[in-house]
Amino acid sequence: MDGERPRRDRRVKALLTVEGLTKAYPGVVANDRVDFDIAEGEIHALLGENGAGKSTLVKMIYGLAQPDAGRMTLRGQPYAPAGPGAARASGVALVFQHFSLFDALSVAENIALGMETPPPMRRLAARIREVSETYGLPLTPDRLVGGLSAGERQRVEIIRCLLQDPRLLIMDEPTSVLTPQEVAILFATLRKLAAEGTAILYISHKLEEIRSLCDRATILRRGRVVESCNPREKTAADLAEMMVGAKLTAPSRAGGNPGGVVLEVSGLSLPSANPFGTSLRDVSFSVRAGEILGIGGVAGNGQDELLDALSGEAAVAAGAVRLRGQPIGALGPGPRRRVAVLAAPEERLGHAAAPDMSLTENAMLTAAIREGLAARGFLKWPAAKAFAERVIAAFDVRTPGPGNAARSLSGGNLQKFVIGREVLQRPEVLVVNQPTWGVDASAAAAIRQALLDLAASGTAVIVISQDLDELMEISDRFAALNEGRLSPPRPAQGLTLEEIGLMLGGAHDMEVAHVAE
Amino acid sequence: MIRLEKRPQPSRAWTVATPLLAVALTMVAGGLMFALLGKDPVVAIRTIFWDPLFHEQFASYSRPQLLVKAGPLILIATGLSLGFRAGIWNIGAEGQYIMGALAGAGVALALYPLDAWFLFPLMVLAGALGGWAWAMIPAILKTRFRTNEILVSLLLVYVAEQVLASMALGLMKNPEGGGFPGSRNLQHYPAAANTELIAGTGMHWGVAAAFIAVIAAYVLLTRHILGFQIRLAGQSPRAARFAGVNPNALVVICLGLSGALAGLAGMFEVAGPAGRVNIGFNQGYGFTAIIVAFLGRLHPVGILLAGLLMALTYIGGELAQFMLGIPSAAIQAFQGMLLFFLLGVDVLSNYRIRLGRRRIA
Ligand SMILES: Nc1ncnc2c1ncn2[C@@H]1O[C@H](COP(=O)(O)OP(=O)(O)OP(=O)(O)O)[C@@H](O)[C@H]1O
Ligand SMILES: [Mg+2]
Repeated sequence: MDGERPRRDRRVKALLTVEGLTKAYPGVVANDRVDFDIAEGEIHALLGENGAGKSTLVKMIYGLAQPDAGRMTLRGQPYAPAGPGAARASGVALVFQHFSLFDALSVAENIALGMETPPPMRRLAARIREVSETYGLPLTPDRLVGGLSAGERQRVEIIRCLLQDPRLLIMDEPTSVLTPQEVAILFATLRKLAAEGTAILYISHKLEEIRSLCDRATILRRGRVVESCNPREKTAADLAEMMVGAKLTAPSRAGGNPGGVVLEVSGLSLPSANPFGTSLRDVSFSVRAGEILGIGGVAGNGQDELLDALSGEAAVAAGAVRLRGQPIGALGPGPRRRVAVLAAPEERLGHAAAPDMSLTENAMLTAAIREGLAARGFLKWPAAKAFAERVIAAFDVRTPGPGNAARSLSGGNLQKFVIGREVLQRPEVLVVNQPTWGVDASAAAAIRQALLDLAASGTAVIVISQDLDELMEISDRFAALNEGRLSPPRPAQGLTLEEIGLMLGGAHDMEVAHVAE
Repeated sequence: MIRLEKRPQPSRAWTVATPLLAVALTMVAGGLMFALLGKDPVVAIRTIFWDPLFHEQFASYSRPQLLVKAGPLILIATGLSLGFRAGIWNIGAEGQYIMGALAGAGVALALYPLDAWFLFPLMVLAGALGGWAWAMIPAILKTRFRTNEILVSLLLVYVAEQVLASMALGLMKNPEGGGFPGSRNLQHYPAAANTELIAGTGMHWGVAAAFIAVIAAYVLLTRHILGFQIRLAGQSPRAARFAGVNPNALVVICLGLSGALAGLAGMFEVAGPAGRVNIGFNQGYGFTAIIVAFLGRLHPVGILLAGLLMALTYIGGELAQFMLGIPSAAIQAFQGMLLFFLLGVDVLSNYRIRLGRRRIA
């Protein structure tokens, strides 16, 4: 249902108006006199490259940050929430990109935890079922959250918001962890909500999704509103250009011939360290020099475990992983870096990077060995700083400088830093998990281009991703990871969607697709 | 309404200011407590913080005591802080201190009356080894069987106290002591004595070792890969694994280092200020050092200052007991307040306080 939504006169029905909102952080003006408004029943997109200030703006609307200047009006009344509680009381709800759920509690218990006055469990469970049926969000109240997929977790967050009957629902990058089928379900729900008069403020880097979903788009560039348009009247390329203020080039492939086998994985089995994780079962594949192997599949099917086994964080049988014939399975992360097998995990805060450490220290974290940042145990901080600066420059990381803590960067910018840090170390094998997660279109293109260039220079690259378009764009061969098993890799060229669906093992997705109808 | 807002980066200024604020708050609350006990709070605070250093009558006695008391505190706290930074909680420094003293004194007593230049260095080595070995028990149990190092190291303190008592009454008892418990006095055994290096200052080898430890810890934490790994493991264990840190190795290294330094402190104490192995030889330095480590923000220079401050409250506390008749429990409560306020105001370096809703311009 992509039909024409009648355009509303927004002056009449403006639900929230924001005028001159300004917020500065040390070294950056994250929001600079931002004006915008959103009407009842409108699905409004907030676009902008990484670090443009989208999250900052919604945090102020939700009371999580206080503006330095400017004012907000909600339904004609001045609106200045002192905290999220006040925002919720005014009918504003926010679904974060990062979920705040407890794995060991059930869906209903998690929802009760977020409520000011939770009703008795029985009534709450009934309400959850009711709301989940009304909005087509399948969810069982008594299941443990730890066993849920990313899409299902997000439904928990959404239902938690819907139970409060919000007038304005804000979603910060909701689809970056969802499968296409889960996205379809989400969009159906959002359209239904909008038809009932709920305003939806929607942040995403996926421009095609925005074109199909949103009525209006406000575009931020470096903290300022630069444009407001109807995304349906623009192409994705137009939108991306408005965001960056420059033309976008699609990644180009050199198309060289792959060389000999560099990395060989055979019969790799690994019990998951996490009680809710997925164990790897008899995974085998090989990657050649100059080749990109794309590994698709829904997150939570063994992706994290596969990355741990390849980065050396999880020890496996020595012969299960071989580099040019040499067994390296038993080597830890340090020795693997020494032989030029590098990795970039998915979770950037707390795994790929230490949140409270500076970028210089985070450069030291993985580059000490290969960049010679340590001599006989003593650290060369000036060299580490120089390396961090090189990463920042080469990957266009927006930050005041390498002395800033990793957690002060916007999500996409930290992702660029994490990928750039490994790419610049000239790996022989590079494994990346969700390399463009939360990264804007132009930066995603830059990261993909960097991976292609790296392959062209002879590196064997393994890209683990949920984003099938991304994998089709850059991989030479494609394999699917499902419940800890890897399908045999096939050449990516000429693979049809049906074939990919079959490789992905179907069952789980079919069920979801069926519900979506 | 008061709200806390997380700072994007820990505030440098507050990191330095919070210990000072904690000291100030302790003076206020402590003064209140002394007033309730019927003592003049101003006099009491002055007796604790000022008189030990500047009182015309007592200062000549109490000033050297400052270094004598601060030395072991600083030495032990420096070792503990390394583990604390990595999230490895050695609570049993008191036991390691005892075992270091027993090992060091044991060497001297076994070789008595040998007069050789190498005796004292040998005792130093034995002291460090004694503390290290005692700390290896929780380390090995933790890495092998996942036991909790907090409990194991703490309970081993009580075991060490029993060993100390049995040594003082048995194996190490002074054969010429007329049957009284306690060993020979090592201060009267020149080859083994840890004497004052500069007369009248209280400066002995243990204090020198404490200063060296502070410098070494500073270099380790800021310039060495091990220090980097320690900080990383404490802040972000998953990222530490990704960086190649072996958590088990870190447990063994951190517990071993802190145990060895505590053992050294015990050895210097038994060969110097205390003089002999005896029941009750340990005076709680190992526990107080935990407070010192946190008061010093787990930073070597901070620990140096905190150790001196803590020593001052000890000496001043004794003075206040003696001169004003303040009960010793009140002095201990006063020292406890220091830690309480420190941890309480700690939140300011990571959060900022917002009063009410910010007016929007
Ligand atoms: N707490 C903070 N402290 C300091 N700087 C911050 C803080 N939060 C955000 N910033 C800075 O403000 C700018 C805007 O960040 P924001 O998170 O709003 O970007 P964004 O548009 O959401 O980007 P992304 O698409 O990458 O999530 C960035 O330059 C960021 O580094
Ligand atoms: Mg954001």
